[in-house]
Order: sequence, then C-alpha cells, then structure tokens
Amino acid sequence: MSASPHTLTPVGRSLRLLVLGIGAAVMLFPYVWMIATSFKPQAEVFSSGLSLIPEHSSILANYGKALGRIPMGRVLLNGVVVCLAIVVFQIAFALPAAYALAKLRFRGRDLMFGLVILGLLIPIHAVSIPMFAAFRALGLINTLAGLVVPFTLSVFAVFLFRQFIKAMPDDLIHAGRMDGLSEGAIVRRIVLPNAWPAATAFAIFSVVTHWNDLYWPSIVISKTELATPPLGVLFFRAAEAGDDYGALMAATVIVTAPLVVFFLFAQKAFIEGITMTGLKG
Amino acid sequence: MSDHALALPALPAVAPRRRVDHDDRAALSLVGPIAVLMLLLLLAPTAAMIALSLTDAELGASTITFVGLDAYRDVLGDRTFLISAKNTALYVAIVTPASVGLGLGFALLIEAGTELRGFFRSAYFLPVVSLITAMATVWQYLMHPAIGPINLLLHVVGLPSINWLGSSDNVLGSLALIGIWQQTGFDMVLFLAGLGAIDRTLYDAAEIDGARSAVDRFRLVTWPMLGPTLLFVVTITMINAVKVFETVMTLTQGGPAKASEVLLWTIYQEGFVFLHLGTASAMAVIFVAVLLVLIVFQTRVMDRRVHYG
Repeated sequence: MSASPHTLTPVGRSLRLLVLGIGAAVMLFPYVWMIATSFKPQAEVFSSGLSLIPEHSSILANYGKALGRIPMGRVLLNGVVVCLAIVVFQIAFALPAAYALAKLRFRGRDLMFGLVILGLLIPIHAVSIPMFAAFRALGLINTLAGLVVPFTLSVFAVFLFRQFIKAMPDDLIHAGRMDGLSEGAIVRRIVLPNAWPAATAFAIFSVVTHWNDLYWPSIVISKTELATPPLGVLFFRAAEAGDDYGALMAATVIVTAPLVVFFLFAQKAFIEGITMTGLKG
Repeated sequence: MSDHALALPALPAVAPRRRVDHDDRAALSLVGPIAVLMLLLLLAPTAAMIALSLTDAELGASTITFVGLDAYRDVLGDRTFLISAKNTALYVAIVTPASVGLGLGFALLIEAGTELRGFFRSAYFLPVVSLITAMATVWQYLMHPAIGPINLLLHVVGLPSINWLGSSDNVLGSLALIGIWQQTGFDMVLFLAGLGAIDRTLYDAAEIDGARSAVDRFRLVTWPMLGPTLLFVVTITMINAVKVFETVMTLTQGGPAKASEVLLWTIYQEGFVFLHLGTASAMAVIFVAVLLVLIVFQTRVMDRRVHYG
C-alpha cells in the first residue's frame, strides 16, 4: 500500500506514535507478564511486586511442572490432530458441493442452497444438546472422533467457496471437460488449485476457531489424555491446587505459543484470512 | 496425486456435455455427501432440539412428558435465566461500542502514518490468535486482588485496589474489559480492510473541493464510505459478544452470586451439568432466536455493503 498522501506534521507524528504505543502496551501487557511470571519461583511471584525479571530463575521447574503434571505434549498433539482433521474434512466435503452449486445446473440446487443459508443461521450451541444425547448413545463421548464429527460439515465453507468459484471463468471448467476429466477430477485438478486463496483463508479461520473452542470439548471430553489445549489449561489448573502461578503461566505459554508463532510467521495470510472470513465471526 | 493430463490421447474434442441428466448425476456425487451431513448434523438435531424444548426430558429419567409451551413459560419466569439475559445484554452493551470505537480509532491512526504500521497491526491482532482460555487464566493472575500486577500498578499511582473478579459489582465489567481486549484487534483488522477499499481519488476530489484538514477529509470521505463496514463490524461484534463463554467458564463460573451468569453458561449448566435437556433446549431456542435477529440484521447490512462497497 502506498504511503498516505498527506504526511503528518511532526506533532501529529509523535501523537500517533504515542497513542498507538500506549494501546500496544495495553495489548501486550498480559503477554509480558505471562512470560515473566513463567520464569519466577513461587516465592517471588508473591513478593517481587512489579519487578519483571526474576532474581532466581525458576524456568526449568515451572516448565517442567507444566509439561509433567498433565501430559501437555499429548494435549498439544490432540489439538493439532483435531484441528487438522476438522479442516481437512470440512474442505473435502464443502469444495465439491460448492463447485456443483456454483457451476452445475441440477434438480434441487435451489433447495440445497437454501439449506446452506439456513445452516449458516444455526450455531453449534443450538444443536449441542440433542447431539450430546446422541453421542452418548453412540459411545462418542470421550473420543477424539466426538470432537471432530460435529464440525466435518461447514456450511460456511460451502457458502464461501461457492462465492469464490462462481467468479472463476467457465472456460476453465469447459477446458477440463474437453480434456475428458470427470467432474470429480475437475474439482481436484482445476477448482482446488484456483480456489487456493479461499481455502487458505478458510483453513486459518477454522484452525483459529477450533484451537480456541472450549464449549464443545468441555461437553464431550472429561479425560485429561483426550484434552484439547483449552481443556488442558483447565485440567492443569485443577491439578495444580493452590496458587502456583509460575507453573500455570508456563502452561499458558506452552498452549498459546504454537498458534502465535504460526501467526508471526504468516501474518499476511492470517490477517487476510480473518478479513475474508470476517462475516462468520 | 499424479497429473497425467498431458498423457491423455488427443481425442477429437467432445462437446462439453451440458445435458441436464448428466449434471444431475454428477451433482449427486458432488453434493450427496454434504446433503447427508446436513441431515444428520444440522436438520435432525435442530428438529430434535425444538421437540425436546416442548418436553421435560432429563438425561437418566425414565419418562418424558410433553409439556408444550410450558417449558418456555418456566424459562421466561426463571430468575437465573432472567439475570443471565440481563447480564448478557449488559456485557454486549459494554463490549460492542468500546471495541468498535477502539478498533476504528486504532485503524485510522495506523493508516494515518507509515512508521511501525506492521508492528502495531500485529500487536493489536495478537489476542485474536491467542488461546482465549489460556489468556483468561493470565488475566486472572493480572487481576488477582493481592498479588496481581494491575492492583500493584494502581497502588504505585496511589489508587485503591479493586476486587476485579471477586465482587459482584465489578465482575461483569472486568469480564467486559477482557472481552474488549480480545475483540478490538479483530474489529481493527476489518476496519483496515474497509479503509483500504476506499478509492484514493475521492480524497483528491475532496481536497480540490476545499477539504484541507484531516477532520474535513474524515467527515467528507472516510466516514460516509466506511458506513457499511461500520454497521457490519457492529453486528459481528454483537454476535461475538452474545456468545461469551470461555472467560466465564474459566474465571467466574457465573459467580459471585450469579453476577456473571451469561446465556451460554446458563444453557451449558442446565443441559450438561444438571442434564435438564428439556429446559436447556427451550433456553437454547430462545438464545438462537436472539442470534437469528442479529444475523438477519447482519445479512441485510452485508447486502448494503455489497452494493456500495
């Protein structure tokens, strides 16, 4: 983006930096304390006041507790597996349907699209009660499958991809048919590569959503070894009776870091992804 | 997946088959799976929820009685539910204007200059990608009445300590502060996109017409052009705020004295802790109705955004 056409006066420049600097300090305040406290021994957490740098480092003890008290590696792995499984299923189911809705004429298309719109209006919280009853009957409580299955369907993905594919030139699709590709092969070889920006945006949105989700996991999972990162934090806090804030902050650093690091390396994709999918919230 | 497109024999070009029956068959294999999923994961559970809401179903109880709309009458007369609805409304009323206002202000300031643009954008956006449950535990420490850095800071500047999460007068405001911290960067990013989409030549035109100051440019160009984005950000912020859950579950569990009882938490307790599926379903139907009103409003806003955007 080109620089603003109107350069600020020196006063305006300093004012801008001052206000944004204060804002950034407030935004980053929790991170600074989270990291600083994760280095402190328990006694210093209670006595050191506003000093950020520990007199005696307790890094190993705190992170050791965070990794040892509950199987934190397993918790992170659960989060990765669940988020990946969800996003792969969502795209695999949504993309062909979105292509059909965007480019094919078939009976029931309007009805199908109507259902997609209807689906956009129904949040997981609405269907969670009967789904919980059904999952109990099916034995899906306390399984990773129970965390994935409800989200394999994303009508939002269908909606987003349909809009995107609609804008693709028909000639592209015709060329595929000329080459004798089946409709399924057209989806894989032509639609998917061309819909990559939309798929990336959706994938980021989906991973951020499900990595953070506490509502559904807290309904289906009660076993520590099946916990996703948000549940892991709660289980750790429950296991760590008392106020061992150093270890607790170490645990929060461990579960927060993966997505934050990922974000810092792919900021543009993240911000574009969240902007593009902003309509879902 | 190998790509053998080149290896295909150069057949005489077959005209693209556009016969309706062909599309029907192809379409069935493309939309069939998702149609089944919609039936199982969306339509059936929604119907089941509405059906359950008309009963006194409890998990583990041997009988279910049809109670009709009585469940709704009970819910709407239930003290906890009413407190919960009031708290949620108050939370939305605090978080929405604050995070939209701050998001817009930060976006405008970031756009106004070139220095440290990327840093500020990332700093404000960071909470959006941070595990909210983890950050809520961090806030719990920050807001600790005795050893929390916030109260220590207040002490340094000579202000009295605040019982952030432990007092029924403060707890909703404290949760709202965390909500604002979490939402502002999201709103800011949407505003940055909206600002980026404004045609630069409009500013030149305004300047020729005599708009010299930054205030004039904002009033004549930015504000009217940003109108649809603003409405959109307001509704999406409201929708997110109505769904507040993680911080309540992590920090306050609805307390003290129901002062942070919010709708999703109440439904969660009723359905998954007390296992009153009937009552919880009735509550969920009401909750969804509230969301629907917001979403329908948002969709209308979206239409306008498409027309002007």
